[in-house]
Amino acid sequence: MVDAAVGAGVPKRARSIYDKEVQGVVWQVVVLAIVAGVVYYLYSNMVANQARQNITTGFDYLGREAGFGIGESWTTYSPASTYAQAVFVGFLNTLAVAIVGVVLATFIGISVGIALLSRNWLVAKLMSVYVNLLRNIPVLLQIIFWHTLITSERFLPIPREFLVENGPQPLLGSVYFTRRGIFMPIFEGHIGWLGALVGLIVGIIGAWLLARWAKRRMDDTGQQFPAFWAGIGVLAMCTFVGWIVMGAPTTVSYPSIGRFRVSGGMTMTPEFLALLLGLTVYTSAFIADIVRSGILSVPKGQIEAGRAIGLKESVIMRKVILPQALRVIIPPLTSQYLNLTKNSSLAVAVGYPELVSISNTTLSQTGQAPEAILIMMIVYLAISITTSLLMNWYNARIQLVER
Amino acid sequence: MRSTTKVAVASAAAVLMMGTAAYAQKTVELIKARGELVCGVSTGLGGFSVPDSAGKWTGLDVDYCKAVAAAILGDGNKVKFQALTAQQRFTALQSGEVDMLSRNTTWTLTRDTALGLNFTAVTYYDGQGFMVPKKLGVKSAKELDGATVCVQPGTTTELNLADYFRSNNMKFTPVVIENLQEVNAAFFSGRCDVYTTDASGLASIRKNDAPKGKSDDYVILPEIISKEPLGPVVRHGDDQFLDVVKWVIFATVEAEEYGVTSANAAKMATDTKNPGIKRLLGSTPGMGKALGLDEAWAMNAIKAVGNYGEIWERNIPALGLPRGVNNLWSKGGIMYAPPVR
Repeated sequence: MVDAAVGAGVPKRARSIYDKEVQGVVWQVVVLAIVAGVVYYLYSNMVANQARQNITTGFDYLGREAGFGIGESWTTYSPASTYAQAVFVGFLNTLAVAIVGVVLATFIGISVGIALLSRNWLVAKLMSVYVNLLRNIPVLLQIIFWHTLITSERFLPIPREFLVENGPQPLLGSVYFTRRGIFMPIFEGHIGWLGALVGLIVGIIGAWLLARWAKRRMDDTGQQFPAFWAGIGVLAMCTFVGWIVMGAPTTVSYPSIGRFRVSGGMTMTPEFLALLLGLTVYTSAFIADIVRSGILSVPKGQIEAGRAIGLKESVIMRKVILPQALRVIIPPLTSQYLNLTKNSSLAVAVGYPELVSISNTTLSQTGQAPEAILIMMIVYLAISITTSLLMNWYNARIQLVER
Repeated sequence: MRSTTKVAVASAAAVLMMGTAAYAQKTVELIKARGELVCGVSTGLGGFSVPDSAGKWTGLDVDYCKAVAAAILGDGNKVKFQALTAQQRFTALQSGEVDMLSRNTTWTLTRDTALGLNFTAVTYYDGQGFMVPKKLGVKSAKELDGATVCVQPGTTTELNLADYFRSNNMKFTPVVIENLQEVNAAFFSGRCDVYTTDASGLASIRKNDAPKGKSDDYVILPEIISKEPLGPVVRHGDDQFLDVVKWVIFATVEAEEYGVTSANAAKMATDTKNPGIKRLLGSTPGMGKALGLDEAWAMNAIKAVGNYGEIWERNIPALGLPRGVNNLWSKGGIMYAPPVR
């Protein structure tokens, strides 16, 4: 009753077109309508043009036989496989180069970033040249540079030349550096390696639990525990046990050079190497600068305070500088990871069969451009969003907790 | 504020009403209005379509672009050449970026139907072959089990290659690079054992793209593993333009049969008693009208590039290729044009 009385006391406001709120809604509706109109126009235009030219549409083609070969694949693929399988091969190849690239670029980037702040003049200057040179040369050029370098007849032999008497000799007995890629020995596939992987995962969880326990104990009692080395021990133990239990495989497959084919062992193709080197080196230059700026963002007083209470330099780096620097580093780092993944599409220039390369082939063999491009967009979006979510989660974890 | 609202709403409405008018115009009208033909060609294949240092295009495929431009516009030089890779070519044609494709493109069922394209006529009967370094000592394609093969993506070549190795129970590793110059470089640097494409392309690449003086270090194997009829392509949905391109090609073949050349065409048109030649060159009107063009359409085309034999002689013998099946049907080949009447 009280509410009603209050409501009755206020005269009902007339909504005019000059009302800010009304105008806000109107503008949003108008903008939305224009966007929807443009999208609808483009879509209907495409559909009408396709219909008029009798172009086949739809995703049926994905189930048809692809009919073309692919140079390297993580799954079994042959020309008899379907277009869907071919696109999947491309997806895995994109993931492979992106994951290896991100790990390497991060490692090199952090090393160079710390070296940039070195008190050694020569080291600091050299690293500054590295960063400024590499991030200012377009990555496409760098990829083509590496590909030309690897496949040039001036530097490396082709596999056949190893068969010739007095020809080149493999490194370490069985690693072949050639214009056709690097051929090296690898352990033969065996369930034991799966056991080792499971052991490794168990070990990681074990080491993490150990570190948590050690931290809590230190918080409670002040007693220290060498959690890092103990963690490494746990990790190694678990991996080793997993490997032993599942049969302790030691058979190695060595590459054997034939007249045409190199069978056995592991191959890294020039295309993969060129792309990986190009992406890693280029991105690492950016990461180095991000790391440098992150470290510099930590106030000097923090470091001096650490020294004043007698912490070792390594502990200051680990416990004082890095936790604060990471907050500055992670967001731009995420976008570098996304850039690296997306830049992997430049592989078409050297012929590494990743997602774009294979989708393009599919597109021109079937003529179904909108479908092929839609699939590409969805896959890249999925990869990017997954990366962002992971990095945002990590970023949220390391943010300053206000107490 | 309100007037801007009106503008926004009006433009949105206009966009919607424009609907799908984008391609309503006939291609021939479009070319006349624009004053030039936009022709899709390769990124550089000697003998077929290749730009010189001054940006002037030459080749058999290029000559057919010029012939069509001459038939429609009366001037064979009113062509804008658009260099396209194997992967770009069909999208470029489908989307209207080019009017026609004259780019050593193989006529297949899928392309002629599902891709929304129409093949006009064959300008070059080709077949796929293999090229290897001589020092490999390979005499036949059957010896290539396990080989690494350089090939361009999005081509019939890529599919034939897989078919050939599959049906002969052999394995191969493809190295697939889109840019023609990059594939050539990869093969000549030894990244691949084998290069495969149309036999004409192999001859052209061996002659023009091998390292200087090294052409003889490479051999083309005797096996021809496929039929590759090459010819210009247009879009579905414009019968007139399809007819124009098709009959310009037929006119050049017919001209060779009659002995009409770029040099004697004007004289022949007035002097000849042969009714066939009169119809072809427009002295007897009717053919041009049927195509919706000027009566001098074939005369202009022949004056611009010559008859089929002249086009061939200008471009292909330099690659070391014999006329072979591309000779006239009356001279032991299969080049044959329906009558212009």
